[in-house]
Amino acid sequence: MADELIKPDELLSKIDHRPSGAGWMDTPVDIRKGMYCYAANPKSVDTLGLPNARAWNPLEEDWKLPENWQQIIHDGFRERLDKFRSFKVYMDICVRCGACADKCHFFIGTGDPKNMPVLRAELLRSIYRNDFTTAGKILGRLGGARPMTLDVLKEWWYYLFQCTECRRCSVFCPYGIDTAEITIMGRELLNLLGLNIDWIATPVANCYRTGNHLGIQPHAFKDMLDFFVEDIEEITGIQVDPPYMEKGADILFITPSGDVFADPGTYTCMGYMLLFHYLKEKYGLRITWSTYASEGGNFGFFTSHETMKRLNSKMYAEAKRLGVKWILGGECGHMWRVISQYMDTMNGPADFLEEPVNPITGTKFENASSTKMVHISEFTADLIKHGKLELDPSRNDNKIVTFHDSCNPARGMGLLDEPRYVLENVANNFYEMPANTIREQTFCCGSGAGLNAGENMELRMAGGFPRANAVKHVHEEFGVNMLACVCAIDRAALPASMEYWVPEVDVTGLTELVANALIMPGEKERETDLRGEPLPGMEE
Amino acid sequence: MNSEKLLAEKKQAILKSWFQTTVDSYPADTARFLKSQKDPFANPVGQTTYRSLDALMDALITGAGREVMATALDPILRIRSVQTFTPSAATSFVFSLKRIVRKHLPEFGRDGGLAINGLDRQIDEMAMAAFDIYVACREKIFELKATESRKQFFGSLKRAGLIDETEADGPGL
Repeated sequence: MADELIKPDELLSKIDHRPSGAGWMDTPVDIRKGMYCYAANPKSVDTLGLPNARAWNPLEEDWKLPENWQQIIHDGFRERLDKFRSFKVYMDICVRCGACADKCHFFIGTGDPKNMPVLRAELLRSIYRNDFTTAGKILGRLGGARPMTLDVLKEWWYYLFQCTECRRCSVFCPYGIDTAEITIMGRELLNLLGLNIDWIATPVANCYRTGNHLGIQPHAFKDMLDFFVEDIEEITGIQVDPPYMEKGADILFITPSGDVFADPGTYTCMGYMLLFHYLKEKYGLRITWSTYASEGGNFGFFTSHETMKRLNSKMYAEAKRLGVKWILGGECGHMWRVISQYMDTMNGPADFLEEPVNPITGTKFENASSTKMVHISEFTADLIKHGKLELDPSRNDNKIVTFHDSCNPARGMGLLDEPRYVLENVANNFYEMPANTIREQTFCCGSGAGLNAGENMELRMAGGFPRANAVKHVHEEFGVNMLACVCAIDRAALPASMEYWVPEVDVTGLTELVANALIMPGEKERETDLRGEPLPGMEE
Repeated sequence: MNSEKLLAEKKQAILKSWFQTTVDSYPADTARFLKSQKDPFANPVGQTTYRSLDALMDALITGAGREVMATALDPILRIRSVQTFTPSAATSFVFSLKRIVRKHLPEFGRDGGLAINGLDRQIDEMAMAAFDIYVACREKIFELKATESRKQFFGSLKRAGLIDETEADGPGL
């Protein structure tokens, strides 16, 4: 008996923390807590009229799928291949060169090879080959094909919701394959089976029913802005008076509802209010808010094209109803991708609006000639360039700032220099992060595309690490203590990321810094910034 | 020759082997990337891991003690505690150092094993510091989750007009 016992040394030598070397098709999906978001609330799925609304749990074996789910996926796949030429091309042309493989923040942060963009796309391509190509049908696994099974479906769900559709990978693809588009299609297919996550489905249902992601009713929206009016008066001595749904106003302003309800976006919101008041007092410009079009964000984008279109349309309906000349958009991420890349063919052309011209400077925003929607950073940069804003950047001297290019404005609409121009004019201490982490190559916050939930905090922290690592570098090198951005999801997600990785750095929207520096006509001597923190030289 | 000097002489070889072993705890495709990409911004996990291990080797050589080791351990464990490792797998790289040192410095076992005993004690100290940091990181993650939930909860009450002027983050933070 004793001879059969394993000796301690032998036992020790068998301990091995290396993962098995099995190929990706043979590595089964392991759905782990902290890495996924809760399943969609059936009420929200039902509100939107999307299929298969029911309670289900990703950790349970039975996902309560319709009996013919494989057929639904197959038909949905075929429909999208026929409808979207880009999808068909992306399925066919990848040569698996690997250029994208190590560019994804989720791969870099989690170390999970299935987060390599090429492999995430391969999850779908393997089914595409099996179902729709002759070579795939003949060669099977040899040709990279595999049949759709329940395990494959679970793998799709797990990894397609570990992609923030940030498109960093697409910058490096020699063929221009946009892996985000593949994720978008994959999520559309999952939605055919009711497999959404709640952090997307419920905001979308709220937005569809009440007008914004948080389900804030019109009176509560106004109440919040009224609080800001009080705060602004306390800080500046100025009473601002934001107009709501003013017919015949020059411009309609739309921003993500996160700016109205979540710190530190609320300070950015106060910044908008101060800027608009300044423009009204000095130049008579009338910019109106709307409690109907009270959401710039569009989580429909993370659900399906049809849902995105439904949510986007209300912005233009409101602009038409109010008779404004054009729309000014706040600091948002994916709102701008929807506007810049989809709106025009989806709900456009918005020919009932005027081609946007800044009435104060005469600048024609030709880039927005069709969508009729201008980014607040373009607008502010134009005002500064023409000397139309009186600024005291020294009020931001205690902030040593770096700028995080939000993925969608940077890669989705090419907004790279305008925010920097604004920043350089409103703050004296601005330091860039390393070149391969900014502008077109910017790293995602790790929480975009509907993944900013609480239950997937480990995923968010791992995915946010490449960005935080670059922030840490400029913090150590230059003493950076403030991370500026132009996206509401960034403002919601990055504070947690900073708290975990670089606790000395805080997060701000760009317009908050603008408003700190803006010298309002008739203001009292300011002692604090918009957060109530003492201005430089005003410390006790 | 004293043990610190021996360790210092073999530092690069030991570090290389230790880094290799640590990185091999990731799937093979990932490990390849972590080893080959030297840009710290393109490969923050690999480079942070390397720097942490390097600093830990220096701490061992100089006998700098637990606090210095903890500072060196923090960056690597901050990463491994949000990746899909079990607690033992996340911290196992510390223990692997014992085997690696023995392989590279067989002479450590001589003289009644005094040198190796001293080194083992230091590595044990390192392991205890690693447990503390790993748990602190996990606690931070749960704190972040709790704080976000609490903000949402109080925010909802506030929006519903059920409470007035209550700080969203509530008392005690």
